[in-house]
Amino acid sequence: MNHLMILPVVIPLLTGAFLLVMYRYNIGRQRSLGIGSCLLLVVFGIWAVLQAGVADYTLYRLGNWAPPFGIVLVLDRLSAVMLLLTALLSLFCVLYASRGSDREGSHFHALMQFQLMGINGAFLTGDLFNLFVFFEVLLIASYALLLHGGGRARSRAGLHYVIINLAGSALFLLALGILYGLTGTLNMADLAHRIANAPEADLPLLKAASLLLMVVFGIKAALLPLLFWLPRAYSAASAPVAALFAIMTKVGFYAMVRVFLVVFGLDDGAPANGTVMAWLWPTALITLALGAIGVLGAASLRTLTAYMVIVSVGILMATLSRNDEQLLAASLFYLLHSTCMTAVFFLLADLIGHYRDDGYDRFSIISPLAHRWVLGTVFLVAAVSMASLPPFSGFVSKAWILQSSLQLPGYLWLWAAILISGLLIIAALSRAGSGWFWRPQEHSATHARTVAKTRGLDHARTATVCVMVAISFSLALFAQPVMDYLEAAAKLVYQPSGYVNAVLGDYIRQGGEVAE
Amino acid sequence: MELVIAITLGVLTSTGVYLILRARTFSVVLGLTLLSHGVNLFLFSMGRLTTASPAVVGLVSDPTDPLPQALVLTAIVISFSMTAFVVVLALKAAVELRSDHVDGEDPNEDRQ
Repeated sequence: MNHLMILPVVIPLLTGAFLLVMYRYNIGRQRSLGIGSCLLLVVFGIWAVLQAGVADYTLYRLGNWAPPFGIVLVLDRLSAVMLLLTALLSLFCVLYASRGSDREGSHFHALMQFQLMGINGAFLTGDLFNLFVFFEVLLIASYALLLHGGGRARSRAGLHYVIINLAGSALFLLALGILYGLTGTLNMADLAHRIANAPEADLPLLKAASLLLMVVFGIKAALLPLLFWLPRAYSAASAPVAALFAIMTKVGFYAMVRVFLVVFGLDDGAPANGTVMAWLWPTALITLALGAIGVLGAASLRTLTAYMVIVSVGILMATLSRNDEQLLAASLFYLLHSTCMTAVFFLLADLIGHYRDDGYDRFSIISPLAHRWVLGTVFLVAAVSMASLPPFSGFVSKAWILQSSLQLPGYLWLWAAILISGLLIIAALSRAGSGWFWRPQEHSATHARTVAKTRGLDHARTATVCVMVAISFSLALFAQPVMDYLEAAAKLVYQPSGYVNAVLGDYIRQGGEVAE
Repeated sequence: MELVIAITLGVLTSTGVYLILRARTFSVVLGLTLLSHGVNLFLFSMGRLTTASPAVVGLVSDPTDPLPQALVLTAIVISFSMTAFVVVLALKAAVELRSDHVDGEDPNEDRQ
């Protein structure tokens, strides 16, 4: 048993707890501890990606209890990619926050670590109740992070966010109760086996449980009727927090993949996930349309980015609901791109807002801007990547999605939704950019120069954003190996029997009874 | 016993949902509490409803399943702490926004 597997949960837990106890530490030490922990997680993420490339499934039995009795952590290609993405994203967020945003409230770095612990745990766990617990861990930390810095807007958005997620947790427990009552297990592999062999009479209840889970993950991922908390919450949060939250909706997506394709997807003939997929398709398309309209109608760059998160959720869910291996691989590539780029835009909104005299990141207010050339160039490059134009990763991912959806039913809807939303995003971003970087100079060029003098360009923050954009570019540059890896990841997801064998193989070989 | 549990669950859940949909934060918090009570009771009853069978192997021939009780314990701890958090948050919001409406302002205030 490889004890390295537990590190992505233990490292942030210990760092966070230590930071909590040592809150009197000066901020410099807190920062270096936070950054150090994130660096370790990046190293682990790289190890996990390599390890998952060698062995399809790596198991970690907590307390050495054999599954299905104990809790088991499962590392496969999908979770490894998500772990590395989270680690990289968190590293940049913490670096950006270390330039001052972490002073706005207390315990920023400790909360960040607890948040990472929850996210990493959710990606690794092979137990449905444990998934609930890690969801709660990441939610509790996110409640506090959302409120970081205080203020009226954050209190208001935080109240909505907390209440809807508490209701979601109650529904999650209901679904778990139903599943446990029917099958007597919460281990994902065991559940998959038992659901596939469930008697006819249990099917309606199983369907109810799967739909409840869809609502729960829909809240996390911001799927159509449950997305109205997101724009307000994400635009109220401080920039590094909002950037980290870019991964939170993807946790919902990951949970859907894991639960609906593996746990409910074992039976090849008539998998129990049919109803969910049927619901997911229209809701995802409307989510996508609504997000695109929101992007066009947003009054500030942060709100615009929040709606871009919704667009990305719509695309991910729509591709997931088509239930195709190749399309899942393509949407995983899109997930990497969209997480990275929405995070970039949350940070960029803060960076640009910092150098404007007035109006922060609002579009309606014309105000002089300092460092126009640097910020304008970064914005242009990031916008080209965000709008999925070549040569960036967005273009590769969307082209791949469009290409691999060609053979599937309803592909015209997907094509129309993706292409039109892309056009709307280009329109909104070019309007924002031209309004900011061209117009103000005509008004008061001299004034902007005085602002520039008083506020020197923050090189660390700008560099952080630039590196993130460069990662998006290198995703496109090294697209072939990444695509191969993601294809293998999607292939594993679509072989749930392999997952079940890996987790329960020993148990079955020792004569354990899996299903009647 | 099944009927009593079922009716209790129904009453707790429906009252909880009704209160969650109210506009004032206090009733919403109360609703969340009732809903989580209902959920905990539901989770507990998933270990099947029997009497006089403790969750200890060896005492009786047919011991109860201990897992739902462990799950409920976890769920209670989480829902309890979250209720405490949401109460504090609601208070903070009520002080900062000068309103206990869930949206921070009463949309019908001008009309009254």
